[in-house]
Amino acid sequence: MTTTAPAGATAPSHPHSSETPPAPRRRRSLTGGGGVFVLPFLAFFGLFLVWPIVQGLWMSLTDASLTLHDPEFVGLANYAEALGDPDVWSSLGNTVFFTLISCVPLVLMALAMALLVHSGLVGQWVWRLAYFAPYLLPVTVVTLIWTWLYQPDIGLGNQLLTSLGFEPVGWLSDESVAMWSVAALTVWWTVGFNFLLYLAALQSLPVTFDEAAALDGAGAWRRLWSVTLPQLRHTTVMVAMLQVLASLKVFDQIYILTKGGPNGSTRPILEYVYDVGFTGYRLGYASAISYVFFALVIVVSVVQLRFFRQEG
Amino acid sequence: MSAVSTPARRPQRPQRPYRPNRPRREESGSLLLLGHGRLPRVLAGTALTVLAVVWLLPFLWAVATSLQSEQDVMKSGLSPFKGAFTLDAYRRILDRGNVPTWAFNSVLIAVLVTVLTVAVSTLAAYGFSRGTFRGRRAFLAVTVAAIMVPPQLLIVPLFEQMTTFHLVDTYAAVILPQVVAPMMVFILKRFFDGIPRELEDAARIDGASELRVFWSIVLPLSRPIVSAVAIFVFIGAWNNFMWPFVVTNDPDLMTLPVGLATVKDAYGIQYAGSMASALLSAAPLIVMFLLFQRRIVNSVATTGLGGG
Repeated sequence: MTTTAPAGATAPSHPHSSETPPAPRRRRSLTGGGGVFVLPFLAFFGLFLVWPIVQGLWMSLTDASLTLHDPEFVGLANYAEALGDPDVWSSLGNTVFFTLISCVPLVLMALAMALLVHSGLVGQWVWRLAYFAPYLLPVTVVTLIWTWLYQPDIGLGNQLLTSLGFEPVGWLSDESVAMWSVAALTVWWTVGFNFLLYLAALQSLPVTFDEAAALDGAGAWRRLWSVTLPQLRHTTVMVAMLQVLASLKVFDQIYILTKGGPNGSTRPILEYVYDVGFTGYRLGYASAISYVFFALVIVVSVVQLRFFRQEG
Repeated sequence: MSAVSTPARRPQRPQRPYRPNRPRREESGSLLLLGHGRLPRVLAGTALTVLAVVWLLPFLWAVATSLQSEQDVMKSGLSPFKGAFTLDAYRRILDRGNVPTWAFNSVLIAVLVTVLTVAVSTLAAYGFSRGTFRGRRAFLAVTVAAIMVPPQLLIVPLFEQMTTFHLVDTYAAVILPQVVAPMMVFILKRFFDGIPRELEDAARIDGASELRVFWSIVLPLSRPIVSAVAIFVFIGAWNNFMWPFVVTNDPDLMTLPVGLATVKDAYGIQYAGSMASALLSAAPLIVMFLLFQRRIVNSVATTGLGGG
């Protein structure tokens, strides 16, 4: 995404866009030279994205609340409070932990699934459907199914464990297990999207390199390692970056599944924002926390960009 | 195994000389990993099957649960069926619930969001790709940066905004904010950038307006990418939970995911009943994917998100 932030800069602006060459000066306004095409988008963008962001930023400098009117300007007090709030730090920690344990399987399993499906065994559409189908489910359905699997007494998870002679596990009630349970659900639910990106990438790879390597006597593993995987580098960078950003933003499934419990052990930062804003009615403080988080997201994105640029 | 073959195409499908390596599935597939030995095939097949079973198991369990009575569901036992088969749960929902209303809302909202988003985004992407207006680069940079904004960050201020406009509990409030899709604009722009301008210049010389060039030349060439974008926007809108949940209180305006979540809260968990309603709400997208999956995968391949 951001990889190509300079893409606009590198795109050569062809001087052809106005079909009548003699009056180019007059048309170089916002609405000339193709600007009209962008206007509807900019209207939506300004109204429903830029405005709320600015509004939120302003709110974060006030003591705005859901119940009180006429908020007062309090400067950076909310930010100072946020930095000293242990709940901010613990929920940030939870978010980072979730990102670590979800991203690795979400990228590697997607790659493995795509390679297997692409390997040419019959029944492609069955595998595609099996792996992608969960991604089509609304979050409410996904959490419902998994609440059921994680049920302590009659859930499938514990019944399997006890029938194999293991102790039952408090999937959602044990503080050290709950986040892993959430991550397992998330991998099951969303790996299909990354799988599809990898599969599409594999299908558009030219076969010539692979054929040449095969003629030179390279074995299957050798070709996978030295031909196919390097060609997928670009896709891997893209998938990994998108996945880190998506995992940092985790909220919906946790909110419905555990409400952040037990004892705050699965509460991500965005749920804390929601709790403070809508349950605690402190909109100003909630906004300040979300901007602290936003800063973190930007830092992570920039670090990733740097890292991958150096690699390439 | 082309179970879902592509439907009849119009005869004059535009050539795409600028994308020389179109997918060549048959050859590339078998050569890629397995070679010609027997063992690797067996291993790969086993791995595929085990993974697929693991991935489908929660589904199958949900289906089995929805087809029993509430009492039977609560019995313990590893067999998916602990009692007699019954369609009771489905009957109960269709008789009493607001499911038909919610389904209608879901369809209406997802279709409108998709149509609006695709229209607004393709136009903008074309403007960003071909335009010469002032501030083009700056606007594009801002658009790309907006991809990083977590949508939840906007919920509080957006809700305030909707209150100001007296739009809370309207379709407009659910739909309009979802139309902003910077990611889709960016994907489309990248694709448009790859279309050679010579094709359009011929039309411009013939006196076609920019809108005409966009409509008659660029859009037909971009059908795969536009359908990929439409599919992802549709899935996103259908499954969107947080925003519709916050902005609708009126049960007659709720979408399926939101409505089902409120039912669950209201009655306590009734497993057979909620599984049945969950499966009902998921069914349309699954059927859609079954019908179009070959095309969906090929569309994604053309987004440029795929191949290097």
